[in-house]
Parts: sequence; C-alpha cells; structure tokens
Amino acid sequence: MTHQPLLLRIVKEPMAVSLLSVLILAAFLVPMLNLMLPSDSAFHVPSYVVTLLGKYLTYALLALSVDLVWGYCGILSLGHGAFFALGGYAMGMYMMRQIGDRGVYGNAELPDFMVFLNWQELPWYWYGFDSFGFAMLMVVLVPGLLAFVFGWFAFRSRVTGVYLSIITQAMTYALLLAFFRNDMGFGGNNGLTDFKDILGFGLQTDGMRATLFFLSAMAVVTGYLVCRFIVDSRLGRVIVAIRDAESRTRFLGYRVEYYKLFVFTVSAVLAGIAGALYVPQVGIINPSEFSPANSIEIVIWVALGGRGSLTGPIIGALVVNYAKSYFTGALPEVWLFMLGGLFIFSTLFLPKGLVGTKAISDAFEEQRLRLAKFLRPYDYAEGGEGR
Amino acid sequence: MLSKTLAMRWLVVLSVFIGLGFGSSTPAHADEFSDAVQALNADNNTDKAAAIEALSATGDERAATVLSALLNGTLFYRQSDGLVVLSKESGNVTILIDPSTMNEVADVSGSEAKKIRINNKLRGQLKGVLGALTLLSKDADKRQNAADEVFKANDPSMLPVLQKAIARESDPDVKGRMLRAQAAIILEYSEDTAARLKAAQTLGEFTDPDISALLGKIANTSTDPEVKKLAKDMQDSVEGRLAAWSFLGNLFQGVSLGSVLLLAAVGLAITFGVMGVINMAHGEMVMLGAYTTFMVQDVIRTHFPAAFDWSLAIAVPAAFLVTGAVGILVERGIIRWLYGRPLETLLATWGLSLMLQQLIRTLFGPTNQEVGNPSWMSGAIETSTGLVLTYNRIWIIVFSLAVLGMLALVTRKTMFGLQMRAVTQNRAMANSMGIRSGWVDALTFALGSGIAGMAGVALSQIDNVSPNLGQTYIIDSFMVVVFGGVGNLWGTLVGAFSLGIVNKFLEPYAGAVLGKIFVLVGIILFIQKRPRGLFALKGRSVEG
Amino acid sequence: MKKTMKILAGAGAIAASVLTATAAQAADTIKVGVLHSLSGTMAISETTLKDTVLMMIDEQNKKGGLLGKKLEAVVVDPASNWPLFAEKTRELIEKNNVDVIFGCWTSVSRKSVLPVIEELNGMLFYPVQYEGEESSRNVFYTGAAPNQQAIPAVDYLLSKDGGEAKRIVLLGTDYVYPRTTNKILRSYLHSKGIMDADIMENYTPFGHSDWQTIVADVKKFASAGKKTAVVSTINGDANVPFYKELGNQGIKAEDIPVVAFSVGEEELAGLDTKPLVGHLAAWNYFMSVDAPANASFIKTWKTFIKDDKRVTNDPMEATYIGFKMWTQAVEQAGSTDVDAVRQAMYGQTVKNLTGGTAVMNTNHHLSKPVLIGEIQDDGQFDIVWKTDGEVVGDAWSDFLPESAKLTADWTFPWVCGNCEKPLYAAQ
Repeated sequence: MTHQPLLLRIVKEPMAVSLLSVLILAAFLVPMLNLMLPSDSAFHVPSYVVTLLGKYLTYALLALSVDLVWGYCGILSLGHGAFFALGGYAMGMYMMRQIGDRGVYGNAELPDFMVFLNWQELPWYWYGFDSFGFAMLMVVLVPGLLAFVFGWFAFRSRVTGVYLSIITQAMTYALLLAFFRNDMGFGGNNGLTDFKDILGFGLQTDGMRATLFFLSAMAVVTGYLVCRFIVDSRLGRVIVAIRDAESRTRFLGYRVEYYKLFVFTVSAVLAGIAGALYVPQVGIINPSEFSPANSIEIVIWVALGGRGSLTGPIIGALVVNYAKSYFTGALPEVWLFMLGGLFIFSTLFLPKGLVGTKAISDAFEEQRLRLAKFLRPYDYAEGGEGR
Repeated sequence: MLSKTLAMRWLVVLSVFIGLGFGSSTPAHADEFSDAVQALNADNNTDKAAAIEALSATGDERAATVLSALLNGTLFYRQSDGLVVLSKESGNVTILIDPSTMNEVADVSGSEAKKIRINNKLRGQLKGVLGALTLLSKDADKRQNAADEVFKANDPSMLPVLQKAIARESDPDVKGRMLRAQAAIILEYSEDTAARLKAAQTLGEFTDPDISALLGKIANTSTDPEVKKLAKDMQDSVEGRLAAWSFLGNLFQGVSLGSVLLLAAVGLAITFGVMGVINMAHGEMVMLGAYTTFMVQDVIRTHFPAAFDWSLAIAVPAAFLVTGAVGILVERGIIRWLYGRPLETLLATWGLSLMLQQLIRTLFGPTNQEVGNPSWMSGAIETSTGLVLTYNRIWIIVFSLAVLGMLALVTRKTMFGLQMRAVTQNRAMANSMGIRSGWVDALTFALGSGIAGMAGVALSQIDNVSPNLGQTYIIDSFMVVVFGGVGNLWGTLVGAFSLGIVNKFLEPYAGAVLGKIFVLVGIILFIQKRPRGLFALKGRSVEG
Repeated sequence: MKKTMKILAGAGAIAASVLTATAAQAADTIKVGVLHSLSGTMAISETTLKDTVLMMIDEQNKKGGLLGKKLEAVVVDPASNWPLFAEKTRELIEKNNVDVIFGCWTSVSRKSVLPVIEELNGMLFYPVQYEGEESSRNVFYTGAAPNQQAIPAVDYLLSKDGGEAKRIVLLGTDYVYPRTTNKILRSYLHSKGIMDADIMENYTPFGHSDWQTIVADVKKFASAGKKTAVVSTINGDANVPFYKELGNQGIKAEDIPVVAFSVGEEELAGLDTKPLVGHLAAWNYFMSVDAPANASFIKTWKTFIKDDKRVTNDPMEATYIGFKMWTQAVEQAGSTDVDAVRQAMYGQTVKNLTGGTAVMNTNHHLSKPVLIGEIQDDGQFDIVWKTDGEVVGDAWSDFLPESAKLTADWTFPWVCGNCEKPLYAAQ
C-alpha cells in the first residue's frame, strides 16, 4: 500500500473519492450554473450562494490545516486563526493598494484610514504590496515565517500539550491586540475594507466571484492532496508516531522537533492561503479574525468532522458553517442553543466525528460500554492526549 | 480686584465670624432668610448662584442645612406656588419640611414636589461656601472636610476665617490641613516675601500632588527670585517623595489586578488544573455567580431594603451553591463521559458556554444588570499623597486570598480533599480503596464551579454584569493557570499576582494595550524556559 | 439512552415550534430587514434596537400597514461578527427580498455592509452616532455626526456654565470613532486656544476593565492647577468599570467633569449612579426630555417590551425617526422601490421626540438638536444645556484638512458623496 501512487491509494477510499469528486465537480459546475443560466432558471445558482460556498471552502481549507497538526501530529493549536488572518491581511493590503486614488479622499498613495489619521507617508511594511506577486509571496511567507519562528522556540523547548495550546492562544491574542491598535497602520478595528479589484478585475462582478469560488474549491482539493501526500509518506509515519508516543519516537533517534516544525509551518502556510482566498470573498479583514474564540471554533469544526481523517475537517467546516448561516437567519434568537447543543451532542455521541465509519452506531455502542465501565469501577481514566 | 462676589464672600465670612463670636443663634431677620431660601428656586443658574451667595450671607444657622440639602438633591419646590421645601426621610416615608419654620408642610404631595436642579458649577460653589460655613463646626470630620475644600478653593477672602479656625483648632490632623490651606493662600497671594518663603517651607513638608502643582506654578510664574528658587526646590523634594508613593500606588494596582486574575483563575485551577477538564464554560460559571448576586440584591432591595449592606454576605454562599449545583449537573451530564479525552472536554464545554450565555440572555435580556456596591465597598482610603486605595479593591484582594486559603484548607485538611487528590492522582488505586470516584469527581467539579461563582460575586462589584462577563476573563484565567503551572494552587497564586503587577508596572510606560501585549509575549517566552509553568508538577502525572 | 431520547425530543419540539412560527407569513407583504447583533459582544446594545424596529413595525401594522400591505420583519443575527454582517445583508436583499434594512451599530459593521448594499442598491438606516467621513448613496445616517455631538459638548465644557475648562483629557477606545472624533476635537481646541500641552489623549482596547492606572493618571493631569475636564469616547462594556473606578477614586463631577458620547440610559442601567451625579453626556435625545411625543413613545415601548424598568435611549430615537421617515417616503413615492424612496427621503420631516423636527438632508444626515445632560442618582439625565435649534449633520468635518474639501450632496448638481466639484449626473 505504501508504495502505490498517491492517487491510486485515494481511489480506494470511498469517502475521499466522493468528497474530492464533488469538490471538483462543484468547482466547474457552480460557476457555470451561475454565469451561464438566466437568473430565472430553476438551476441558476445565485451569486450570493457562490460567495457563501466559496467562504465555506476557505474555512474547509483552514480546518484541513488544523487537522494536519492536530489530527496527525497531536499539536493542538488554538492560534491557527492568526495564520489565517495574516494571510488575509497580506491579501487585503494588496487590494487596498489597488484602490489607488479611488478612495474617498482621492489619495493615490495612502489608504483612506491613513489619510484621516494624518499619516504622511506609507509605512515601510506596506512597500511592495502594490505588486500582486509580492503580495502572494507574503501570503505564504508571513504565516509560514511566524509559524517557523514560533515553532522553532516552542518545539525545541519541548513545550507540549495544553501548555503549547495556551501559548498559541497567547500568540493570537497578542496579535489581536496589536492589530487593534490604530498606531500599527493596519486600519485598527475597522480593518481593511472597501476593496475594488484584483489584477484589474472588479471584485463585484459575477466572473470574479465565480473565479474565486473555483480557486477556493481547487485550493481545498490541492490542500487535501498535499496533506495526503505528507501523511502517507515516510515522514508522515514519524509524525503519527510523534502523536502517539512522542518520547518513544525521540528515543528511537528521530529529531522530533524538526518534524513538528515542518508540519506546523506547512499547516500555517495552508491557513494563510485560506485567509487570502477568504478576504476577497467576504470583503473585509479585521482584527477580530485573530480572536481566540475564532481559533477555538476551527478546532471544533475539525473535531466535529472527525480529526485525523483529512476528509473529516472539510466536512466538519462545511456542516458547522452551513448550520451557522442557516440558524442565524432562520432562528436568530435560539441559534446558539442549537449550535452549542450540536457541539455537546457530537462530543458525547460522535467521538470520532461525522466521518467515523458507522459513526452513530459505534458511538452508541461506546456509550454503552462506558456506562458499563462506570458501573463497574476500574480504571477508565488513563488515556493520553491525541488518542 | 475686589469684585462683587469677593465682597459677598467677605460678608459670609464676617457674618459666620460674628455669629460664632457672640454665640448667638437668634435669627435676626427671619424674613430675610426665607426670602433667600425662596430665591434658590430661580429659573437660571446665574440667579441660583446669586441666591446661594445671598443665603450664606444671611449668616443664619439654618443656611448650612438648606445648602447641603441643595447639594444632595433633597431640596424641592411646590409646583403650585413654588414654595421651597426640604425633604427628610422619616422612617419609610419622606416628609417635606419648611426650612424657615422646620415644620412639616402637610399639603404637599410627593408628586407635586419638584427637585431644584443644580449643575456642576453650582455644586463647586456650594462646596466652597459650605466649607467656609463649616470651618468652625463642632464636628472634627466636618472641619477637616472644610479645610480641604478651602484648600481646593484657594481663595484669599477665606484667610481671616481660616486663621480664626487655626487658632481654635485642637485636633492636630485637622490643624495641619488648615495650615496647609493657609500656606497655599499666602504663597499664592501674599506680597510679603518672608511670609511666602515660610509658606513654601510649610508646603514643602506635605507630600501631595496638588501642592507640587501649586509650587510648580509659583516656581514658573513668580517674579520674586527668592520665592521662585525655594518653590522650585520644595517642588523637587515633594516630587521625590511623591515618586515613592506613586510606586506604592502602582504596586497596589498591580496587586489588585492580580487578585482579580486570581479570583477568575482559582476555580479553573480546580476544574482544569486538578481535573484536567479544559473547561471553556468556566467563564460562564463566573457569570452565573454574578447573576446570582443580582438576584439576591433584587430580592433584598424589594423586600428588605435595610439589609442591603449584607447582600454580598448572602450572595457569596448563594452563588457557591447555585454554581456548584450547576457544576454537579454538568459533570454528571456531560463531563463524566469524557474523562481520558481532555481535548474533547474543550469541545463540549465550549458548546455548553454558548448555551449558558444564550440562556442568560433569554432569561435576563442582553443588557447590563445593576449590581450595587454596599456602603462598605464604596469609596476609598484617600491619602493626601495622591495614593488612593479603593475599598472595593481592598476587599477583593482580601476575598481572593481568603478563597484561596479556604481552598487550600479543603484540599489539604479534609477527607474530601484527600479523596480528591487520591482520585486525580491515581483513579484505579483510589477506586480499589473504596473511594466512590464518581462522586468525588462530581464534587470536585462542583467545588471548582462554586468557587468560580464566588469569584462572580466579587467581579460583579467592578465589572459589567452581562451575558458576556465570562468571556472577558476566560483567556486570562487560562494564562494564569498555565503560567503558574497546571495543578498547582500555589502556582496560580504567584502567577496571578506576578502577571497583575508586571502588567501594572508596564502600563504607565507602554500604555494599556502594549503593556498587555508585552505580558503575553512574556508568557510565551517564559513557557519556553519552563515548559510546565512556574511551579511544575513532578512525577508521572505530568506525562498525561 | 432514555435521557438522550428526551433531549432529542425536546430539541425537536423547540425547532418545530420555531419553524412553524417563521413559516406562517403573509403572502404579500413589505419586508423590513433587521440587521442587529443578537449575540456576541454587541448584543448588549443592539438587541434593544431590534426590539425598537419590531415595535415600530407593530405600530405601523396596527395603523393598517403601508400602501395597503402589512409590514413584515425579517430578523437575522449577524452575531457581532463583521464579515457575517456583509453576508447577512446579501442574504436579506437577494434571498429575502427586503425593501429596506435597519441595522448596524459599530462602524466596522457598517463598513462591512457598505460594499454589498451599494452593489445591490439596497437601503440601510444606520441609527448610531459615528465618526462621519462617509456619505453613501444607499445609507441614511440617523445618528449624530461629530458636529452634532462632540463639538457642542466641548463648547459647553469651555463655557462659563460648564466650568470653563482649560485642560482637556480625551479618553477613548482604540477604534476609528474615538480616533476621528478626538482628532477633530484637538483641532477644534487649538482654535479655542487650548494647546497640546493641555490636552492628554489616551486609548484603551475594547472591553478594557482595569481602569486604575488611567483614572489615577487623569487625576494627576488634573492637579496642575487648571480646571480639567474629560471627554470620553469610551465604548460599550468598558464604561461600567470606568465609571465604577471614577466613583471609587472619588473623582467628583465638580472637580473633573466627564462628558461621554457613548453613555446613555441603557449603559447607566447597569450602574449605581450615586457617585456619578453631575458627570455629563451629550446626545440628541434623553429619556428625561419633557415632551408629549416622548412620553407616549416611552409608554408604547414599556408596553411592547412588557417591562416597566426598561429605558429608552438616543439610538432608539434615531431608529424611530428613521423608520417614520421611511414610511412617509414610501407613502409619498407610492412604492418601496429604493430609487423612488431615496428621492422622496430628501427634505422629509418627522417630529422628533424632543419637541423639534428632524429633517433629512441631501447629504443623508439628519438635522438634530444637541442636548447635554447631567447624570442623576436615578440613572436618568438632567438636561442642562440645549442648542437653540437643530444642527445640520456634517458628513465631512471642517476640522480635518483632507475632509474639509469634500462635499456630500446626492441631489443635482452634486450627485456625489465625496466630491470636490459637482458631477451633474449619477456615476
């Protein structure tokens, strides 16, 4: 099995095959149904559905990146929202520069928020963002570099478990506070908004929406393949070994910290790309993307979908976000009960997430066993993290 | 120079002086007094100001009563004919009194009486006038207040009465304050260089930011080189001493912030630290405690208003019981299925926290609820050195330490504590020794939740009581517990106070936001140094 | 197992009941979108406005609706999540086909909605005081612009009645409204002869709860021998701990008055106001205003919300005015078509709740009176100062050099929200 080509291996998994084919099909079909059919046709996909689905897909990519570190390497990052937001800011800065003199004050050099806060010139860290290529490089480089530096220190010091989770949370919280400051030159609480176009194509055209959707869908497919390639490789084996028994892996002679660093950085880059695709579709990037609650939510998508499975997080992100969109519209007063209830229900009854095979029946069986264990007192407590 | 108001002030002072000098209290001009009172019900503030001056100028003993009623908002007028009346609480009923005769006015119903409105400017004026009127009062506290008001007003027309008061004063503390007020007036208004130098010397002995400001002003503006130089020297020496006090002030603020962090985190130190439940609903337990306080106060306010000062004493056990009970429900209903899967507790408790927030929002509405401060928690110990120790902060520091102390006692000295430690350290062994680990788990979680509820009582005194209350503290709580070392109460204590103090010492230099960012970066770096927190647990359990 | 079934059954029942409730809607109605956060950090303020809109719709339906049709509210919850505001706007317009939206509180939520509402040519009524520097063809701003709140308030502080302040502390939450307002105020103070040495400016993050250091700093700043006043643009949740700290550190209004732009009756409802008596707020409406229209509004509100203790505030009045104006404009236009209603909005007048008249100007801002109130011990405001008539809302401040050049006027010949010269036609 190990030496079969990647695609052949995937083909043998019904879950992965169906998910990927649906994604690829949607990547082509949805834009076509949106652009080519008249809006009164029964098969027409309205533009707002296209953007909405596109947004879900960027979330799916983000969830995938979290699953790579958490599901496969046992690193529970409560700060992945930071990498997502940094990627988003890089993209936002590019689009901000593209506005040029079409802002309300007509200043060709400075974004509006800098004009009315009396900035005289563009801060140095905004240089280069008028070039699309440079901005795309930054989308990958900034989150990657932050993850590399952060991971370099944390993994070498052997910070693990909840300690690691909490310092990732501290990281995203510190960034949240920093980006809130208007003195930082990233637009403070209002963030970056009022984008006009990318590479000269208007953001509010159907064509652009369809393109972004297509790119998001393909990004998820590519992200899946990349992750799949990593976890199936020899390196992936070591990574799983680290998750299951870190000390033992280290004693076998593996430099655990380098493996972790690699996965963590790759994951941050994926999150950054997701952020870059997210911002043009929602039209705003603001520091609240850094908020620790957002990062916790990502973890919840992964857990709900089923971590350690790669298809799970994609499904989890899509399901939770669809539920959120639906409930906030249909049941605005009680949707938090529904969402909260969903989380509790799925932890109790779907411990392997939605994609765990025979999930429901297994879960019920497991509950029965647990109950039995509880009634007959013997050790049920010792279980390691990440199992 | 001698303006009209100044002349008025002279009159006030003089009349008080005469009144006291002769020990006479017979209102010579009864009509003049009631006319002056009546004039307070003027249409505009300028007329009201004049009426206040006129009233105090009558020198009537009753003027102080009327003016302080005006200041405290208990002076009313009858809508039909504009008669000015005082309101007084007599038992549970409010009665209205004619200030001239001190007799009850029977024919005014409550709704017919309208409050005489004043604004900030009039409030300031009233305080000054009342200061002068009470400088010779029999009550030492009143005299002290008066001396402070006179110092604040820094008005040369008050000098004679001040000197008279100093001569009569026996209380050394009050006398000191009067001397301070006198020196301030002399330094600023006198022409006599020797007197001014002496005044500057006197002022230089005080440690007070107001005095430093006054000395600075003189040092900058005085034309007399001698006075100028001495004022500068004295200001420097005052500033030097003030710096030490401001250090103390910072320290207090840091300790106070630390105590808030400690309170917020100590419950989590049990549910997360000891039991290993990543309890994202911890903040909501704090919130439930705060809402319990609100409920308790609401009941007391409607049924036993006299017992309001005791509301917190009732709220603390009530909050403990309510949140403890919720804790038992949560543990039995959700958490107990998740032992051994710590990360999944995060998911379930996050869901729980969303539901609890929404539940409170549905029951109480999304707006802030009013939780009052009992009188013993309002106000501050205010020293003249600019150091302000607010009572609520002091009580919260005491309370947080008491809670931690009690918790330490429970875990170390009681049977339950022993069982709790046994179960968390080795469940199998504890079970085989006959400990009902299920119940111990439930009670431990209840204890942690109950403590969070008690923290909510304290936090309701300084923060919003709204459905979002818990969210404000949850991240800080986790930082504190992890920084201090998971599973170690001592670590939580040291962690909370050191984060609080560091934060408060950074704030003046870096500002509130940057200060907090530095603290967070500091935590990240610190964890690199000590990957298991300040006080790491040793032994096998750390590998869990 | 049994328990699980019960929970499931319960959840099912709730879901079913809610679903049937939303399903029962009339066939031909005029739909009004309500875009206020019902959860998250802003729910505390915005839920009240959702209820206000529902109340207004209820009242209008009692009068027979509009153009012979019933009004129907479409309520969504953007959950204090800014991108979700944009998404929900799109959903309201494209999916639910609403004719108008009442919504948003924070500037960032409005900024997030703006591109969507402009693209889809919707209509938004924004009911909160804000920093100005904006005039969108698709938004009507019924809250105060800085010249309708901040500048009159400072005028009062500098006046004889207000205590003749010579030093000003500008405290704010670090976001665009306080930053812009304070920038405008600084330049205004310079014009009044108060220089930088006598101005202290400080920003804190959202929800800041530990005010010890800052309040102590203010005290220190005030001890320089000149009359000092504080202008506070502190937002939302941070106000309660701020005022509690002020009260406890003994800062009395007659020593250092604090005038706030974001503290109204609703914020004070969570506070014991006894130590705060005399501190100020500047608004275009106070609940304590003695006017018949106000009395009846308060009565309707208390009946609608079924709580005698609930208060009314300025953004509620702004919602009231916006809603009334919209119904009048719809009637005048004879249609809910956005372009027709927009034309009908200009010059539309509505009796406001303080006994005056609100006029919609061609820059999409209202004319409003400015009132300054002192906090009383019952949580209400005592009005101590009032502008003579209504002040016209200024979209672009005259005190910011870049902005002073711009004009907002959506009628001929300008037809523009931010232009230096007329466009003569819509772009």
